[in-house]
Amino acid sequence: MDLKQYQDVWVFIDCFQGHPKDVGYELLGQGRLLAEALKQKCCAVIIGENVDEAIKGATEYGADIIYVVRGEEYANYSADAYGHAFLELCEKYHPNTILIGATANGRDLGSKLAIRLKTGLTADCTALSVEEDTGNVVWERPAFGGNLYARILCSETRPQMGTVRPGAFKKPQKCQNKLPVMIREDIRTKQEDILTKVIDFIKANDESGIKLEEAEYIVAGGRGLKGAENFAMLKELADLLGGSVGASRAAVDAGWIPQSKQVGQTGKTVTPKVYIACGISGAVQHLAGMTESDTIIAINKDASAPIFEVADYGIVGDVFEMVPAMIKEMRISKNLEQ
Amino acid sequence: MNIVVCVKQVPDTTEIKIDPIKNTLIRQGVPSIMNPFDKNALEEAIQLKEQHSGSVTVISMGPEQAKATLREALSMGADKAYLVTDRAFGGSDTYATSYILSKVIEKLGPFDVILGGKQAIDGDTGQTAPSIAEHLGIARLTHIRSMKIDGNKCVVEREIEEGIEIVEAKLPILCTATKETNKPRYATIKGKIESLKADIENITLADLPNMDTTKIGLKGSPTRVKSTFIPERKSSCEMLEIVNPRETAKVLFGKLAEAKIL
Amino acid sequence: MSLLYTEEQKALIALVKDMAENEIKPYVQELDEKGECPGELFKWAFDMGLHMLEIPEEFGGTGLSYETTAMIFEELAKVDAGYAITFVTTFVALRNVILSGTPEQGKYFADIIGKGNFAAFALTEPNAGSDPAALRGMAVKDGDDYILNATKTFITNGEIAALFVGFFKTDVKAGHKGISAFIIDANAPGITIGQHENKMGLRLSNTTDVTFENVRVSASSMVGAEGSGFKLALNALNLSRAFVATLAVGIMQRALDESVKYAKERKQFGKPIIKFQMVQQMLADMAIKTEASRVLVNNTMRMMDNGSLVRKEGSITKTFVSDCAQEVTSNAVQIFGGYGYSKEYPVEKLMRDCKVFQIFEGANQIQRMTIANELDREYK
Repeated sequence: MDLKQYQDVWVFIDCFQGHPKDVGYELLGQGRLLAEALKQKCCAVIIGENVDEAIKGATEYGADIIYVVRGEEYANYSADAYGHAFLELCEKYHPNTILIGATANGRDLGSKLAIRLKTGLTADCTALSVEEDTGNVVWERPAFGGNLYARILCSETRPQMGTVRPGAFKKPQKCQNKLPVMIREDIRTKQEDILTKVIDFIKANDESGIKLEEAEYIVAGGRGLKGAENFAMLKELADLLGGSVGASRAAVDAGWIPQSKQVGQTGKTVTPKVYIACGISGAVQHLAGMTESDTIIAINKDASAPIFEVADYGIVGDVFEMVPAMIKEMRISKNLEQ
Repeated sequence: MNIVVCVKQVPDTTEIKIDPIKNTLIRQGVPSIMNPFDKNALEEAIQLKEQHSGSVTVISMGPEQAKATLREALSMGADKAYLVTDRAFGGSDTYATSYILSKVIEKLGPFDVILGGKQAIDGDTGQTAPSIAEHLGIARLTHIRSMKIDGNKCVVEREIEEGIEIVEAKLPILCTATKETNKPRYATIKGKIESLKADIENITLADLPNMDTTKIGLKGSPTRVKSTFIPERKSSCEMLEIVNPRETAKVLFGKLAEAKIL
Repeated sequence: MSLLYTEEQKALIALVKDMAENEIKPYVQELDEKGECPGELFKWAFDMGLHMLEIPEEFGGTGLSYETTAMIFEELAKVDAGYAITFVTTFVALRNVILSGTPEQGKYFADIIGKGNFAAFALTEPNAGSDPAALRGMAVKDGDDYILNATKTFITNGEIAALFVGFFKTDVKAGHKGISAFIIDANAPGITIGQHENKMGLRLSNTTDVTFENVRVSASSMVGAEGSGFKLALNALNLSRAFVATLAVGIMQRALDESVKYAKERKQFGKPIIKFQMVQQMLADMAIKTEASRVLVNNTMRMMDNGSLVRKEGSITKTFVSDCAQEVTSNAVQIFGGYGYSKEYPVEKLMRDCKVFQIFEGANQIQRMTIANELDREYK
């Protein structure tokens, strides 16, 4: 394999029913940095039935080239259809690097491509850089529940691939007046080659309406909350802040709050403006999901709780006193109370 | 119905500590457990067997001590267990591991359903199981909540960020389980006693004649570890004194407003 | 701990520990306060097979030794002895039907218990505690049946049992030789369950009065020959008496575990209180008594496995262990100090739980008389 034949950084624009997810744009930002280091182009790959929104977004977020594959068989993600289309693109255009958001579908797609292309895939990367002399991307990622970080190389094969958690990077600034090159490929996948078929969909029941990964303010609860009913006060505070409620694994395991709210190594990665950790000890697995938050505020009875090592502001106190006090202060400042 | 479950023995990563002086992982004394998501996968397999009758085979790639995890699987209700072990397999990344396991599954099969956990809590890649499906060229559905089988068709509830997809597929199929899939059962006393006496066969490279040895071990792994490090934690936390809760909340919000955070 | 556990025993203990700590322990404090245990909570133990451990395989049991069964129940008792005794009472009743009844009776009883049901022993009456021969319950023959009348009291599992092994006088003039044992279905007409006893401890264990009013049972439900009931009851008590001591060992071990942990954390006068000699003395005595009790229970179990009736050894075991438990749990509360006296901390419950072990299965005063009588008989 002559590695030099492989050019450009490709970013998969993961969409749901035609709506692009933020992670694709976040990766266009990272892809741009890698492309500059490699002195190559940053490209977007869009596969779907309704592709206009994604094309618009990829343009706004600075793709140099946009590859588009359209077809009704791509309306819903399936490993076979998306995999087939992406593979044909790869075989024709030989990308150097592929970035895919580590959503459920993205991880699935990444695995399929890596096996078929006989190349390396590094999962859940939190930092990316380039080795100047070799052109290898250095894929940095957590392991052992976040206790250890590894730097991985895919040095002998191309494309070199990685998945990146949604929210691990922030979206780049939008570009004005950029005109990317559009390459539309007519790649169709036959129905009989698609082994799975989506027959229905049940929307997630998200009472707050704000997705955890997109929330700017998160109030999270851990073991110290002692019970499901006590999450109500966290919700009240989150609502006042205009944000969302999160939880540590301990709270989820205890059945106090659904797994969709779990922040951490086996839950979600979040990078809000403010993360308020209530009654959370700060186990490494949890930190892996929230240390990149801009400002971390921790409230815990135990002064030696590891959460205080990553927090910006710490209060050694009782959450059952502090959270209501914070709610009261917020309500006063918003003129809801005297 | 023939079902195979891939399980991995992992260190209990919630118990791992860092040596503050050497800045390395302290792995001694950390208990080894069955990867929790693999337990969910195993529970799903046993439930399918109870509904449809058949057998559940468990395989694990690892060193001799991983047999303890295979015994645990037997004690919960799996029928047969095999340890996939050979020096030549050492150093395999997810590409090589999934290739090896796919060859083992080919040898022990055919299987209607292959189950695995969504990710291992030490590697945390979530890649091995779907890659096995790719090597075998069969359908796969990751992150399932439930699985209903009717003849040679299955209907699966698949969890994605936006909600639950209902997906239809034909067998054979590979699925990965999450914590939401089920609550794994405890072994019975009888099951535990029998599992301690059970014979667990080793499957080595010699037992897999049509293995492409360029795809296994360190040499067969397209990714390799360049270096590892333990993240340093900045400890620049501003601790607020509690005068009384209201006062402290006022001070906190004051500081946040000053720093233009709120 | 001082026993030489086999790999199998270690694995079984670990399994029960895992289940009990995760599924039962979180609810114990609240249920102890309420004095009840919901049926769903027992499901974990049934599913695991804890109701049939010692029962022979031909009756659907696991056929484990008394020795191993005792180890498993010690582990369960660390979480709650009341929960554990619900199952002990059940398998002891079944065991006794198997030992003293016909194979058909054994199978009948075992099949019902095997499905996930409890059993109870209806011997004690308001006027017949330490003196069971004084019981007044009557079984009057009526054709091929018997009509049973009695008021039984302090019956463990009274409300939740599917089957009773009940003791009634078939011959009023024959004293203790006129007592017979019967298997009684709990849903037979005429059985009234009295109020749930509001007890000092073992509050997850169901204890009620049971009244039998003209309850009709067939003659085939008599266990053993007519008039052999008293002997059956004594033999039954021999087995269960030694066995329940393992629950007290579990209580003591829990008391010791909690106390050592606390003593290492609690600081007074600038250091953890475990550094103070008088606390050390208490902990040492607790460890001595717990270890000695465990070894004594283990040895008696092995004698039972070997076929011995353990008349003297059972009494010695139960008396020694229950007396130790009093001291050990009281010391635990002492070490916790003021906090130990509060229901927020787990040790006061242990003190309340273990008192009954000096009372039931034959009060310790009766045990001492039994031991003395055995000594009298042994020495010529």
